[in-house]
Amino acid sequence: MDIDKIDQIIDEHQGEASSLIQVLLAIQSENRWLPKEALERVSEKLQVPLIRIQHIATFYKAFSLVPKGRHEIHICMGTACHVRGAMRVLETVQDLTGIRPGETDLDLKFSLETVNCLGCCALGPVMEIDGKTHGKVAPGESAGVLKNYE
Amino acid sequence: MSRLNSPAELEEFRKSILSKRDPDKPCITLCSGSACHATGSREVAASIEAEIKKQGLSAAVDVRKTGCHGFCERGPIIVIHPEKICYFQIKPEDVPEIVSRTIKEKQVIERLLYSDPNTKEKIIHESEIPFYKNQERLVFGSNGSIDPKRIDDYLAIDGYSALAKVLAGMTSGQVVEEVKKSNLRGRGGGGFPAGRKWEGSRNAPDEIKYVIVNADEGDPGAYMDRSLLEGNPHAVLEGLIIGAYAIGSHEGYIYVRQEYPLAVENVNIAIQQAEAYGFLGQNILGSGFDFTVKVHQGAGAFVSGESTALMTALEGRVGEPRPKYIRSNIKGLWGKPSVLNNVETWANVPLIINQGADWFTRFGTDGSKGTKIFSLVGKITNTGLVEVPMGMTLRDIIYNIGGGIPGDKKFKAVQTGGPSGGCLPEELLDLEVGFDELTKAGSMMGSGGMIVMDEDTCMVDVARYFIDFLTDESCGKCVPCREGLRQMLKKLTNITKGKGEEGDIELLEEISEIAKEASLCALGTSAPNPFLSTVRYFRDEYEAHIKEKRCPALSCKELISYYIDSGKCRACMICLRKCPADAVDGGKKKIHIIDQEKCTKCGTCFEVCPSRFSAVKKISGEPVPPPIPEEERMIIRKSKAQ
Amino acid sequence: MTEIRLQIDGKEVVAKEGMTVLEAAQSAGVSIPTLCHHEKLEPFGGCRICIVELEFRDWTRRVVSCVYPAEENLVVRTRSKKIDKIRKMILELLLAHAPDSPELQDLAQVYGADKDRFEKETSFCIHCGLCVRYCDEVKKKNAVGFVDRGIRKEISFIPEIASKECWNCKECFPLCPTEALQAAYLLTQSLTSPPPSPEPASE
Repeated sequence: MDIDKIDQIIDEHQGEASSLIQVLLAIQSENRWLPKEALERVSEKLQVPLIRIQHIATFYKAFSLVPKGRHEIHICMGTACHVRGAMRVLETVQDLTGIRPGETDLDLKFSLETVNCLGCCALGPVMEIDGKTHGKVAPGESAGVLKNYE
Repeated sequence: MSRLNSPAELEEFRKSILSKRDPDKPCITLCSGSACHATGSREVAASIEAEIKKQGLSAAVDVRKTGCHGFCERGPIIVIHPEKICYFQIKPEDVPEIVSRTIKEKQVIERLLYSDPNTKEKIIHESEIPFYKNQERLVFGSNGSIDPKRIDDYLAIDGYSALAKVLAGMTSGQVVEEVKKSNLRGRGGGGFPAGRKWEGSRNAPDEIKYVIVNADEGDPGAYMDRSLLEGNPHAVLEGLIIGAYAIGSHEGYIYVRQEYPLAVENVNIAIQQAEAYGFLGQNILGSGFDFTVKVHQGAGAFVSGESTALMTALEGRVGEPRPKYIRSNIKGLWGKPSVLNNVETWANVPLIINQGADWFTRFGTDGSKGTKIFSLVGKITNTGLVEVPMGMTLRDIIYNIGGGIPGDKKFKAVQTGGPSGGCLPEELLDLEVGFDELTKAGSMMGSGGMIVMDEDTCMVDVARYFIDFLTDESCGKCVPCREGLRQMLKKLTNITKGKGEEGDIELLEEISEIAKEASLCALGTSAPNPFLSTVRYFRDEYEAHIKEKRCPALSCKELISYYIDSGKCRACMICLRKCPADAVDGGKKKIHIIDQEKCTKCGTCFEVCPSRFSAVKKISGEPVPPPIPEEERMIIRKSKAQ
Repeated sequence: MTEIRLQIDGKEVVAKEGMTVLEAAQSAGVSIPTLCHHEKLEPFGGCRICIVELEFRDWTRRVVSCVYPAEENLVVRTRSKKIDKIRKMILELLLAHAPDSPELQDLAQVYGADKDRFEKETSFCIHCGLCVRYCDEVKKKNAVGFVDRGIRKEISFIPEIASKECWNCKECFPLCPTEALQAAYLLTQSLTSPPPSPEPASE
């Protein structure tokens, strides 16, 4: 990721240390992951110890220290979806993609994440891929859904 | 958009907006909350805009994309004004007909109306539909009338009149008194009296004070705050500005989950528009009062919604709760007096100011005044967001509004309060919903999640689910929570897998006691609640898992087996083809048998077996019946058709 | 500086304004067990083992003494059936990680904690945070810190900083009750390439 873009993001937040998390969110959104060089640059410009940035980047689910896949699969594990069988959907998707939540497959095709409540409880169990919601997913159907993604 | 420099100018402007609005002009409102987006409301919106244009009606018909209406089970939802005709589950293909028949010809399209599940009667108007009729939508009701991206819509329904009233004629002390009198208790979970919190900050001798909106709604299954913030951000803003005036704060923060992009977008637009009109910034409405607000996004941590953790995150540090015993309304954000309240709490403030505390106290019970928005989800017919007066019984909410349990299943439990709450059984259905009532029963109000469970839900698994959630979300700083939950999760997982032992319940109770007593924050002290409430009301399920290795709800994978009832199987081969493990043995006209060695308990066969056969069965705690002998497996068709 | 008079285990104690209950107790020679406390560091409130009981007229309340401010007329009990039960469980939970820690073993004897109550866990860090906080507050180098959260939380060195600062320092090493710190340091050192310079050949 180029340094100028990082500096630009930092300047948009007036270089304030309290905006650290907001700056990292902007970089994550722009770049889809947080390279080490980006963290070091933020540490330098915001005058914040790298150790704090490292903790924040690993503490929060929004951040990824490794590149994400082309397609992000989010499976809702909210209570309503759980009660409607979300665990089975998750297990099936894990088997199909070979990865567990928080991981990306080796082809960088899919990244899998569990999320807590997308607010579509009427459609539970819910699987969101690249922002598109797939509702009332039966485990047997997951393969069919994933096949559509290259 | 030009600045409004006094309450009088605001009223003038409001009158001019209303004068340009014809209440009899046809208007199509389309619910455009996130949940309806998921069911396709964006495509419907595009279809409406295209059709209106195509039929040359752009000047004659208004289109308004509103926030969440609450009846999420039946989305996308369209309401045609002025008749207030309600259409549900709209697809883009339905739109041309809606425009031609209902808008132009004023005819109702029967198939799009709500149909009463019992009487099959069609209902036209929202106010007559039981789901809406039995609610008291004081706060949430406005969602249907406004486009959150247009501040004028909010002004048209008296928006910012409470702020004008406060700035023009009330002292900060009077505002605090009114909120105290109303007995408004925090809607985020703690239920702390808002007025008392505000008073503490107002009296704190500090020049710099902060007001904060907690929109980090983290309880899984709860999405009320999201819908409020998406659908009516100005109500929250107005409440916030009033609160800031009351305590003497000039800087505010709105902390929103980044998982809510539409809420972030709409609240940012609302702030921009409020600034343009002068409701934010310097010398608001000519009162001399200054106030600005910033939006901070969360980054995916439930614990950062705890008030001291949230303030720490606002400071740019890791959002972990603070161990100190100092009230944050005295020493909060950057050590300054800070009033942090939930989205719904702030949204109640303009109502209280405009209608008065006396009016507000007419709703609710002695200890819990006003209304509460619940997200009614799970095994319920009418999934959605409901607003009811405190004191309504769980039974009325679940049956009169929620429409009961779908599919002829039996009610088992209702879970309230999210991961900090508990499960209440059938015996408690007549409990009147309120902060203290729920706490006494072993649950809590929490932020308003209300998850209904039926006979197929395993209560031990529910406890395990919540402990699993909390183990993932714990910040890990203190031993009772981090280590206690670690061990509780292990034990509960083992119990659901049939590896439970005598003494497990007692050990879990002991760890629970320590976590409740010694954890650093409310995540830890309330973490044992789901376990404790399920043991209190469903102890027999725990004992069945431990002693008999049996799951009464037939849910825990390791404890159940699937088999095919040879008396019911018609050898249709559907399950055979769909089985991902090739575990079904059989053929055309040969009765199917599940190979227990190969079966992965995925449940696909159970789902796909046609309901007229219902041949796939689940069993727990005992072995599957032995398979019928080979000779008997061929189905011989009798000469008459069956 | 105003004086605060309180009672700890029946003993009259005079504390200075701003002191915590723990500091007041220590100043009066009353011993309260601690694991994450250090006089050079800000109180952490993580281990919870310094929990004490406050007695009021008709109710009691338990608070963590390293962060609870000493108040006038407070009545404090440092031992009680409840307090002991809490401390015993805290120790048993930690002994699952570090059964060989001398500090934990000593306390286990006092409170009757069973090191085999829970199955052994793989990591022997008990998250007292002494190393992290010392490097932050005293040395101001921030070479070691926490990563992640909850049961996945760990201590982690930043190799680039550690390779420059730690060899000649290591002041945090004696603070670690379980030697998890030393293990983490060695692991970081062995994974760093090229190896940090200069170093004596023997460890």
